[in-house]
Amino acid sequence: MNKKITQSIGYSLVCLTILTTLFFLGSIIYFIAAKGIGILSWEFLTEVPKKGMTAGGVAPAIVGTFYLTLGAILFAVPLGLACAIYLCEYSPKSFVVNMIRMSIYNLAGVPSVVFGLFGLVVFVKFFNFGVSILSGSLTLGIMVLPKIIASSEEALLAVPQSYREASLAVGATHWQTIKNIVLPTSMPGILTGIILGVGHVAGETAPILFTAATFYTRGYPDSVFSEVMALPYHIYALMTEGVHPIEQTQIAYGCSLILLLLVSSISALAIIVRQKQRSANE
Amino acid sequence: MNDNNVRIRAEKINFYYGEKQALKNISLDIFANNVTAFIGPSGCGKSTFIRLFNRMNDLIPRTRLEGKIYLDDVDINSREVDVVDIRRRVGMVFQKPNPFPKSIYENLSYGLKVNGFKDKRKNEEKVVSALKKAALWKEVKDRLHDNALGLSGGQQQRLCIARCLAVEPEVILFDEPCASLDPISTRSIEELILELKKFYTIVIVTHNMQQAARVADYTAFLYIGELIEFGITEKIFTVPKQKMTEEYLTGKFG
Repeated sequence: MNKKITQSIGYSLVCLTILTTLFFLGSIIYFIAAKGIGILSWEFLTEVPKKGMTAGGVAPAIVGTFYLTLGAILFAVPLGLACAIYLCEYSPKSFVVNMIRMSIYNLAGVPSVVFGLFGLVVFVKFFNFGVSILSGSLTLGIMVLPKIIASSEEALLAVPQSYREASLAVGATHWQTIKNIVLPTSMPGILTGIILGVGHVAGETAPILFTAATFYTRGYPDSVFSEVMALPYHIYALMTEGVHPIEQTQIAYGCSLILLLLVSSISALAIIVRQKQRSANE
Repeated sequence: MNDNNVRIRAEKINFYYGEKQALKNISLDIFANNVTAFIGPSGCGKSTFIRLFNRMNDLIPRTRLEGKIYLDDVDINSREVDVVDIRRRVGMVFQKPNPFPKSIYENLSYGLKVNGFKDKRKNEEKVVSALKKAALWKEVKDRLHDNALGLSGGQQQRLCIARCLAVEPEVILFDEPCASLDPISTRSIEELILELKKFYTIVIVTHNMQQAARVADYTAFLYIGELIEFGITEKIFTVPKQKMTEEYLTGKFG
């Protein structure tokens, strides 16, 4: 009897925690959607801001976020994947290499605003790229790099050693084995990591605060050296600057909703890719 | 049994995993176009030993080899020898069937591709001939482009044998090829091995003493890293010279 009571108390507690989590998740989505849905329209998605940020759309911010994310991924993925291949396939299992691996993983825990300051000093000032898409992308890329490395390495490690042995046993070189067997087999896992990285990059504010983002541009960026509007920063700016708090708050909720939809659809894509990988391996 | 017939010669092999010695001063010859079986209890070093013949142990960190392995009188661990070439000439079939998660055709053409054979038509011929030699052709000829993971365990293992045959090796190492197979699949693999020895030199590690008796011309008995006895299979099984071999074969330990 005693056992049964403990069992049901435990069960109720677990249920309660799940319900609490679901409640918070649901209320985030509900409030953002309820407050943001009113302003969503074709115009909001495709027009530039008008009348001192009180009307028009946020298209430049959407485009800016797209460019920044694209740039960050173009920078971080090749570098991160190469690092992961080195760590998993080539590096000797030594103390020094483990220290390198630990340091890379620790970088993932550095607060994003610190990456922002780093980007300001290195890319904006030292390399003289200015406040621009380039500086912002590189900063975001460096921020997401450890995550790309970690998830790629995990995907590579998940490839059964027996595949590598089979490939080498028919006379393939180490690189042929990596290129033809290891990478294709681990690709769904690597892609999942990249997609989650995209979601992370698209939503970050602090790294672009000093390196890329601006409150208002007249039109769309024309080179990698342009400063840009970006969704997360736009939300921040609408809520802290300007002289029309009521209209601006509306727009901020609209932006939040777009960002939320963007990031959750990217995560959904990651889930689909992972499912495909599971069914392919069965 | 003359010297010209020796395909692989192992000379005074000592092998270490870190500090632990896995093989102790083993010397023996593998004869061409014969089946040589390695038997012994788990962990006696038989797999470790045959993995030296295609340098598969190179992949394991912190291992050390003393002694020499000759393939047709060439020291396979010398600097001038290309390990990739050795592995093409000395094929291997593993304990667990390990086809690539690709189509049946791609599993076989892979070895040709990485070895620089680019003529599509010739490759196709080689793939078909390898599948026939591995007694798999009839079962898969209508679904060459299906995923190999959809085959049964026994078919997968014959596919792995075909994959190994496609690159035209001289020696084939079988590392407990039937360990994860049912008796019927095991029998078809054994028949295949007897067929293949006409063209290839075959080395097989097995847990199953009857299997060694059925397929092997020569049998080596290893115990805790030492070669206890090596000779013609019939003699090993009927008149073993060592007391330990007799005890193992009669099931007193193992």
